[in-house]
Amino acid sequence: MTLRLAQVGVVHANGRRALAAVDLEVAAGARVALIGPSGAGKTTLLRVAAASLRPTDGRAGVLGDDPWSLDARALKALRARIGFVHQAPPIPPRQRVVTAVLAGRLGQWSLAHALRSWVAPVDAAGARDALARVGLAERVFERCDQLSGGQLQRVAVARTLYQAPRLLLADEPVSALDATTADTVLRELVAYSESAGATFVASLHAVDLALRWFPRIVGVRDGAVMFDLPATQVTPERLAALYAGEVAADPQRPVESLPHATLPLGSA
Amino acid sequence: MTAIAAVRPSLRDPASQRRLAWAITALVLLWPLGRLADFHPATLLAPSNVKVLGSFLAGYVPPSTAPDFLRELLAATLTTLAIATAGIALAFLIAVPLAIVATRSLSVAAIGPADGRWRGRVLRQAVRTVTVLLRSVPEIVWALLFVRASGLGPAAGVLALAITYGGMLAKVYAEILESADTRPARALLQAGSGRLAALCFGLLPLAADELVSYTVYRWECAVRAAVVMGFVGAGGLGQLMDQAIKGFVPSEASSISLVFFALVLLADGISLVLRKVLA
Repeated sequence: MTLRLAQVGVVHANGRRALAAVDLEVAAGARVALIGPSGAGKTTLLRVAAASLRPTDGRAGVLGDDPWSLDARALKALRARIGFVHQAPPIPPRQRVVTAVLAGRLGQWSLAHALRSWVAPVDAAGARDALARVGLAERVFERCDQLSGGQLQRVAVARTLYQAPRLLLADEPVSALDATTADTVLRELVAYSESAGATFVASLHAVDLALRWFPRIVGVRDGAVMFDLPATQVTPERLAALYAGEVAADPQRPVESLPHATLPLGSA
Repeated sequence: MTAIAAVRPSLRDPASQRRLAWAITALVLLWPLGRLADFHPATLLAPSNVKVLGSFLAGYVPPSTAPDFLRELLAATLTTLAIATAGIALAFLIAVPLAIVATRSLSVAAIGPADGRWRGRVLRQAVRTVTVLLRSVPEIVWALLFVRASGLGPAAGVLALAITYGGMLAKVYAEILESADTRPARALLQAGSGRLAALCFGLLPLAADELVSYTVYRWECAVRAAVVMGFVGAGGLGQLMDQAIKGFVPSEASSISLVFFALVLLADGISLVLRKVLA
């Protein structure tokens, strides 16, 4: 079991409760999409899974360990096996693409190796291969501020692919990308998880993408799991209930595409 | 419609009164400070003082170009530059580890395990106290002490600069690093990276140009400080200036002033070039 959350609750430092009594088990190699309205707790859930946020109550097992009973060294080693694609690419604009990608393995490298790579890239070929998977192979030695926002996000994806994690987490990885690129990037992430046998958990805004690429869908609302179903059983009614109230609150979201666009899949 | 016309906003700047109040407060506070500092601009303009200053300044033109003096001037300039550069280099070595420890954005404990957090906080506070201690004593005081201890010469100046400027650099380095976007470094730490690696790959690319330009500016200040320390026996331009003023040789003082100007210009140029290279 890659992920074993039992009765996990999180109260943020400002006193706001983000998660309450969440149970979630994800088997090794499985692919799970988290969907739900904004503010439902998807990001918090992913951070607990990434062993970077300690749950206030309950237990979180990640890759067979309880991160919060490990010593610092073991926790660091555990985190090195977890890849995280952030919503906004956390890459310094003046860094070169090759350096940004190679930074994916900092958790696995010794300090000496990291510093050597900082001075001059030690594995430019590896970086190029990772970039090739997101269609940016020819940009290896460019600076990140010469890329568009979407390209930068693909660099961040390449970094995570280069990291080769056992557990791949992604928080709205494609929300800043156009439809075609979003599909390509998800295909690459899915292909990686299949070829490496890595577990893949992603939160997604676009329900149609979630249904297309993930066999299992977890609906999150108000800090709790509302449903946990195979993609084929996610009906428009369930989606409507999950997103109830969302449309009026945030007309920018492509909600009109939710229940209708998913009809064929939902009824399949 | 009439309602809209009725609420036509007044064009009186609502901020102006507050600004005026602040300006008056500042003046009221500054006045007694000026008195305390014995600041009497009028004494500068007293006839006897004007005469002394005037005759000294009149001797400024032309600057001295006597070959012997110029040779001495060159040697003194090199000594001053050497004091400043060696002092900054040592200060850098002191400051870098302190700054890295003091930077909150590289705190692994912030993402857990949380029990290391108070330990990190205590350590950071201790390092901050050390940097305060280092820079609380002016370099000129250290220089006087070291001149007593190790005799006249540049070594005293280098040590004095290293201590005071080490504290200053550490403080400002840490602040520059903390003001940069923390997300890249945080993301690396979350993926198991160590502090130093996260610093190099996540924080330095964002802060490098500011760090460099601040360091060069501090070098410029160190040149001036090295001059001042020359007055208390640390050698270089300061000592030469001391001789020129005390011996009442305005033409030499004039040449030395020109060198000061050239040195600051040089520092400015270096900073500009480095910033361009990094941008």
